[in-house]
Amino acid sequence: MPNVTYIAHTGESQTIDVATGMVVMEGAVKNGIDGIVAECGGACMCATCHVYVDEAWLDRLDPIGEEQEEMLGATAAERKSNSRLSCQIRMRPEFDGLVVRMPDRQT
Amino acid sequence: MSGVVIVGAGQAGLEAAAALRAQGYQESVTLIGDEPHPPYQRPPLSKEYLLGKQGADNLPLRGRVFYEKHGITLRMGETVASIDRAAHRIQTGKGEIPYGKLILATGARNRVLPVPGAERALYLRTWDEADTIRRRIEGSVRVAVIGGGFIGLEIAAAARTLGKAVTIIEALPRLMARAVSPPLSDFFRDVHRGEGAEVLLDSTVREIAEDAVVLTDQRRCAADLVLAGIGVVPNMELARGAGLATGNGITVDEFLKTSDPDIYAIGDCADHPNLFAGGRARLESVQNAADQAKCAARGIVGNPTPYRDVPWFWTDQFGVRFQMAGLSAGHDRTALRGSVENRKFSMFYFKQARLLAVDSVNRFGDHIAARKMLAAGTPLTPEQAADETVDFKKLGVTAP
Repeated sequence: MPNVTYIAHTGESQTIDVATGMVVMEGAVKNGIDGIVAECGGACMCATCHVYVDEAWLDRLDPIGEEQEEMLGATAAERKSNSRLSCQIRMRPEFDGLVVRMPDRQT
Repeated sequence: MSGVVIVGAGQAGLEAAAALRAQGYQESVTLIGDEPHPPYQRPPLSKEYLLGKQGADNLPLRGRVFYEKHGITLRMGETVASIDRAAHRIQTGKGEIPYGKLILATGARNRVLPVPGAERALYLRTWDEADTIRRRIEGSVRVAVIGGGFIGLEIAAAARTLGKAVTIIEALPRLMARAVSPPLSDFFRDVHRGEGAEVLLDSTVREIAEDAVVLTDQRRCAADLVLAGIGVVPNMELARGAGLATGNGITVDEFLKTSDPDIYAIGDCADHPNLFAGGRARLESVQNAADQAKCAARGIVGNPTPYRDVPWFWTDQFGVRFQMAGLSAGHDRTALRGSVENRKFSMFYFKQARLLAVDSVNRFGDHIAARKMLAAGTPLTPEQAADETVDFKKLGVTAP
């Protein structure tokens, strides 16, 4: 099973197995990782699962869709070029080792 | 002090527990729910989950480890019978629990059809009900859905997508009449008809017979499965039994406190002063549940700020993504942006030249801009709203 490393804004890091087909947000909420809130449950409606994707992985992700683009304009923490909504990153085997950093706030 | 007890383990209750911990609350937090399942998401129950596109694994709002890590005591399958306000404790079916502060997140329950044969209809609110409906839809051929509101239409869309013959029966002259303007109602009527559903408006049910729904004008809609979504009633009996003020829900102030300063009410059950309603409102939405949860938590940790979040809501029917920001009731003018024909448009609602709400069909950018404009009070004219060359991002719109 591919794994994802979630790094809190405090630097604390946790590596979790996230099954292919699941989204990165689900891996966090199922495993009690704070820093990803996901109020809307992954409907791309709330921008509370904002993460910064490690630069090494950016090119391998799918391009940002129209809805994610708009929603990223409403994040609580600063939007950066590597900002993504973790509910929109669906795991594939080749994402094994993905690293995401969580902002200091989601709301 | 004996910590916080939260009655009701739906989204509002869960978010309140999470918000208390996120805001540094140190004392005990107990979350009590009468369903067997730990807190789970309701929105997918009438959408992806009903279609089998989303599995049961994805319904819980948090994994078990979350509750352990944050010292949140979950008491599921437990019903609260009464509140002893003087003694600061509640009585459940299993014993007494003391509280310092109490949060009522008791939600709402489905309104039941007041007609003969009503027991034949299925209703959707809980995970268990969704499982029953999923099973029953599989084995059915003709499905009648009574009620053309959000839940009814989502269920109807799911049943139709699963290949069933679907009849939607709505008592009012248009769909989703309580929430949207006539052009939106007409649009969704056409969407459902276009997908092959029968949409009956101005049609009241007289009886649910074994093989059909009988209307007051004697028409019979053959159906081997009848589903009803005709609105909800707030669960306020517990509050009322404790002598708390109630109206169209449990009455709270702008800090979401009930008439007892140690008791808050949040989510579907809370009749609250809402800036965007221009008066009191009771909202049934994820947004309202989550934002009120955070507001109550702020009050409890000693940082009270009034509830002033912009209401937003979404529904998906046949892949049409419909999003609402603000509350449109009481509008005196509308402006249309985009094209109804192309299924990409937004309806802007104004009252005395002030933007009240925006309903967006497949126009996500408009929806997000609307949330920001409503939060910031950005001035917008109907002419600007209708003019696609006007870029909302350049109107001095700032993040909420």
